[in-house]
Amino acid sequence: MADQEEQNMIDIYVMGRRYRVPEGLTIMTALEYAGYKYVRGCGCRGGFCGACSTVYRKEDDYKLKMDLACQTAVEDGMFLVQLPFVPALREAYEIEDVDPGEKDNVLLDLYPEIARCVSCNTCSKACPQDIEVMDYVQAALRGDVERTAKLSFDCLHCGLCSIRCPADIKHYHLAQLARRLKGRYLDLDSSELEKRIKELEEGIYTEEYEEMLKMTIDELKKCYEERKFEEEG
Amino acid sequence: MKVKRDLEFLEKVEELSGESVNACIRCGTCSAGCPFVEEMDVLPERIFKRIVLGDREGIMKNNTMWICAACFTCSVRCPRDIDIAKIMEAVRLTLLREDIDMVDLDGLDNIEELPQLAVVGCFRKETG
Amino acid sequence: MIQMEDGYLYYPGCTLKTKASDYEESSKKVMEALGKPLVEMDNWYCCGAVQSLATDDIMHQIAAVRTMLCAQEQGERELVTLCDMCYNVLKQANKRMKEKPDELETMNEFLDEDPDYEGQVEVHHIFELFRDMKDEIKKLVKKPLDGLNVVTYYGCMLLRPNHVSIDNTEDPMIMEDILELLGANTIVNPKRTECCGSYHTVNRGDIVENRVEEIVARAAEDGADVIALSCPLCQFNLDYHQRVSDHKIPVLYLTELMALSFGMEAGLKKHKINPRGALKDFLE
Ligand code: FES
Repeated sequence: MADQEEQNMIDIYVMGRRYRVPEGLTIMTALEYAGYKYVRGCGCRGGFCGACSTVYRKEDDYKLKMDLACQTAVEDGMFLVQLPFVPALREAYEIEDVDPGEKDNVLLDLYPEIARCVSCNTCSKACPQDIEVMDYVQAALRGDVERTAKLSFDCLHCGLCSIRCPADIKHYHLAQLARRLKGRYLDLDSSELEKRIKELEEGIYTEEYEEMLKMTIDELKKCYEERKFEEEG
Repeated sequence: MKVKRDLEFLEKVEELSGESVNACIRCGTCSAGCPFVEEMDVLPERIFKRIVLGDREGIMKNNTMWICAACFTCSVRCPRDIDIAKIMEAVRLTLLREDIDMVDLDGLDNIEELPQLAVVGCFRKETG
Repeated sequence: MIQMEDGYLYYPGCTLKTKASDYEESSKKVMEALGKPLVEMDNWYCCGAVQSLATDDIMHQIAAVRTMLCAQEQGERELVTLCDMCYNVLKQANKRMKEKPDELETMNEFLDEDPDYEGQVEVHHIFELFRDMKDEIKKLVKKPLDGLNVVTYYGCMLLRPNHVSIDNTEDPMIMEDILELLGANTIVNPKRTECCGSYHTVNRGDIVENRVEEIVARAAEDGADVIALSCPLCQFNLDYHQRVSDHKIPVLYLTELMALSFGMEAGLKKHKINPRGALKDFLE
């Protein structure tokens, strides 16, 4: 029996120290199995919040790889380090002053370092979401807010692109700005949204909300489990 | 004033530029044709002399290599076929490669009106 | 795949999409009229604007090589640029890769997620195409630019360094030849190959102002109605920095003048010094 158990165990290295952990865990759970406790560098555990950036190298591979610790399975001989936070500067702006319809260089103006891009593609290789990061930086340099926003849509702000960039570009902040500009200036206003806001203001949910506030935890849970989904289309 | 000699400087500049600094005969053709010479505190051919002397410290106090915009006028006219623009670039790089910027990115307030290629070009020549 | 008989694969560069859209628009219309439309590449990268000259600097050649690779993957060997700086950087980087197989190998190894660049693409400036289409251009001139005094301005990047020059480095005539076909008076001016101040416009506007003053003062002395050129940075510098000059000479892309003489209006929108006064005889 001991043998079989042995087969399912693999070796990983956390900041240089070796641990034996069961196969099939994510990097995050493997670290916890090894006795580490996440205080920072972990959020949703579901691949959405981007807090769990991790850098690793596999044995016999000369390349460093980047991924999300909560989404990636551990492999035998993985050398790991956690990077919970990327201290990249985010620029402040007044959304009403940055109309891309009136200005050519809105993105370049707030993030001038995009002019230092050498097209090395290191950012795209680092991206755990497989975004074409280099291509959106190039689009941003051309003043193409729409394309920057579209290409970067799946970004989780883990920051791995920025930590790898030889030109010190803050890709994810740039991309967020592009998406906000798209929302504010390029997308059509939705008549549905206006209608909904009016309904909310008129209090269509007030009654239901007050009822929920009176519920016990168990009643709430039941309510959540039995919730109805809106019909598609 | 005594020059503090950096004996490796000449070697470094020749290595980065691929050009021979010693080939210069100080004829002054580069300075005569340089459209920026009035803005420079030291003439290009004087920079050559300082490189040979290993006067890195002195050169770094001059603005010559930062005024040079790599227009290649000197390069095409040099009777000794020295690609002087490459030498200026090498001198710039010895500083930029220490992760030093000569332009303050966050201090620029005119980017909106500039064509992108100006910004790209400036950063390539003036940031490390 | 674009057949070269039908048109040319075109590399725009970043500025042609914003500040220099007049140049792109007029070039496209002119090439269309000449029966050789410009077809924009499916994908391309910022060239870097200035060539990195250090012997060991391969990193700053990557963008140019990626662009060549895009052309190669589109099945093309000829690539046309409008912007002088793009032309210069792409041409120099491409030459470097062709002449240094070891560097090309290093490059291809680095670009391991892409196919290898085989070094077969050739870079051209749009003026080189015009030089080969003189008869066609002449045939299209409907409204000769009679009496328009044009001073040409080449700047640096079409002519230097020697190994990428599109014409005689010290005495280029490629623009004058085209302007003559259009019926304009060309004035050969000694300042036409002197640098405009280039990227110093970012943080040393004073240097550019001095350069521009010298260039436009001489053009004024020579009786220029307009200055013709092709580089978006030269255009910006000569146009914008005349704000501190007594002179106000419109600075036009050569293709804007070509379009005009073909009886079409193209560009003429983003100029700081309005060219319409100087061109009024030729505008509808
Ligand atoms: S913990 Fe949120 S993405 Fe991994």
